[in-house]
Amino acid sequence: MARAYSKTKRFFSFKRKYLCIPYSVFLILFVIIPIFIILVYAFTGSTEDGALYFSFDAFTSFFTSPTKINILVVSLFVGMLNTIICLLIGYPVAYLLANSKVNKNKILVLLFIMPMWINFVLRTGATRDVLSWMGINGGNHPYLATMIGMVYNYLPFTILPLYTTMIKLDKSQLEAASDLGANSFNVFLHNTLPQSLPGIVSASEMVFMPTLSSYVISDTLSEGKITLFGNIIYLNFSQSQWNEGSFMAFVMLILVGISMLVSRHFDRGEQSERRGTLW
Amino acid sequence: MVNDAIARNKRKDVAFKSIGLFVIFFILILMYVPILVLIAYSFTNATNVGTWTGFSFDLYGALFQDEEIMTALGNTIILALSSSAISVVLGTCGAIGTFYASKKARASIEIVTQIPVVNAEIVIAMSLTVMFVFCGTYLFMGANIFSFWTLLIGHVILSLPFVYLSVKPKLLQMDPHIYEAALDLGCSQGKAIFKAVLPEIMPGVGSGALLAITLSLDDFIVTAFTRGAGLLSGEKTIDTLSTLVQAKIKKGPVPPEMRALTTLIFLFVFLIVVLITVYNNVKARRNRKKGRY
Repeated sequence: MARAYSKTKRFFSFKRKYLCIPYSVFLILFVIIPIFIILVYAFTGSTEDGALYFSFDAFTSFFTSPTKINILVVSLFVGMLNTIICLLIGYPVAYLLANSKVNKNKILVLLFIMPMWINFVLRTGATRDVLSWMGINGGNHPYLATMIGMVYNYLPFTILPLYTTMIKLDKSQLEAASDLGANSFNVFLHNTLPQSLPGIVSASEMVFMPTLSSYVISDTLSEGKITLFGNIIYLNFSQSQWNEGSFMAFVMLILVGISMLVSRHFDRGEQSERRGTLW
Repeated sequence: MVNDAIARNKRKDVAFKSIGLFVIFFILILMYVPILVLIAYSFTNATNVGTWTGFSFDLYGALFQDEEIMTALGNTIILALSSSAISVVLGTCGAIGTFYASKKARASIEIVTQIPVVNAEIVIAMSLTVMFVFCGTYLFMGANIFSFWTLLIGHVILSLPFVYLSVKPKLLQMDPHIYEAALDLGCSQGKAIFKAVLPEIMPGVGSGALLAITLSLDDFIVTAFTRGAGLLSGEKTIDTLSTLVQAKIKKGPVPPEMRALTTLIFLFVFLIVVLITVYNNVKARRNRKKGRY
């Protein structure tokens, strides 16, 4: 009794919720503040002696440059195309993997994840070498080579979230639909598809933004012929053009924000769980 | 009549299964082509894949002699292990703390956690770099602060939210009375968390750690942006496998020694997958046996 009393009298007593303090401090220092600094750089210029002043230079230089707008449009197009192709291939695969008639154990799923453990730069290099061996290279088919590389790299990221949604499908509902006379196409259209929508959304989110911002894949496979948004930010960075690079990162952040809002609209809180179930 | 229907259904099932397996294996084979080609050509000396110049193990010898690759490999492993260790400690503590924090604090931490998850990697890298430059110029009198430590911070930020997110569901599934029972039985708050809560969420911590290692091993962009001199590279800029390979494949084909490395990594991963499968099967069998009594 006395001991417990003396404990509460101590100046600092440990509470379990204090455990989140280092975590939050780390996130504030290295997530919030950097983003804030990006915003500062995006709307300022700097004089010779390093003093910052407010300006829209980066803003105007982005929106008046046809090449940059062109790059944005091309990146959005490549991102969308890649998302669609990955979904078209990944959805049936995930559906089959989750179907207990076809696949009874998890080994096949592991086989789909396994390539992800080999360094992705190495895999991209290998893809390029194999493609150029087959006669498709950045010189003659830059878009084809890049798209193959993108799909190859992002397919596992599509299959996993879809698979984790599909194994949770309400099987009795599907059976009920077919018992009530729906043919298999209608069961799929009105039952499987709506139920797996959250998986589709989170798969698209895992493919779309990374494709836009990917640097290595487009740079390697198109041999520098295709510049995506990620490449141009990288370029600005390596030439120390902080303000313009920051503004483009800001544009990217807006895109990220939009995709965040879209995915929030579709499911609440579950998404993170699905991402966490890679293992 | 009924027998006919059953037989028809069965035939339908068999057809579905074989088509399904065919599709799965077709996609799988396509996905493994580049890796398998690298592995096949690791047993020959040729500089390019596609020309076979006789069977040999020379590349494996050359691999272990290649100082550049070995340094990069060492850097990669040290970085992966240290960054995932930090992420696991910070992320697990963060998840436990947030779980017990007030509703408002929890909501805001969750939102901030989501940012690095959905954010494009290049924006994370860019923003960190800009901040390090900013700090260097304004706080450290124009010094260049890029080093192993900035790289480490970059990698921790990359994997931290994923550790948090893999621990969180385990906390939600946990029996909330365990912690109170430990307190009632005389544990201090810290001890109760260590002895009662931590074992419950251990699977989440483990998968978070594996995820953190994977993310760190595979990362290119954050590494390329935030690295400085140090670690095994000494005075030179730190090279990890990703940055080294990227620099090489920009100039030509995948270096021959890398093919040997791919084979070794693949074998290692394959072994782990086999072990996981065997372990899961044994566990499932044991559980089934237990369930019988």
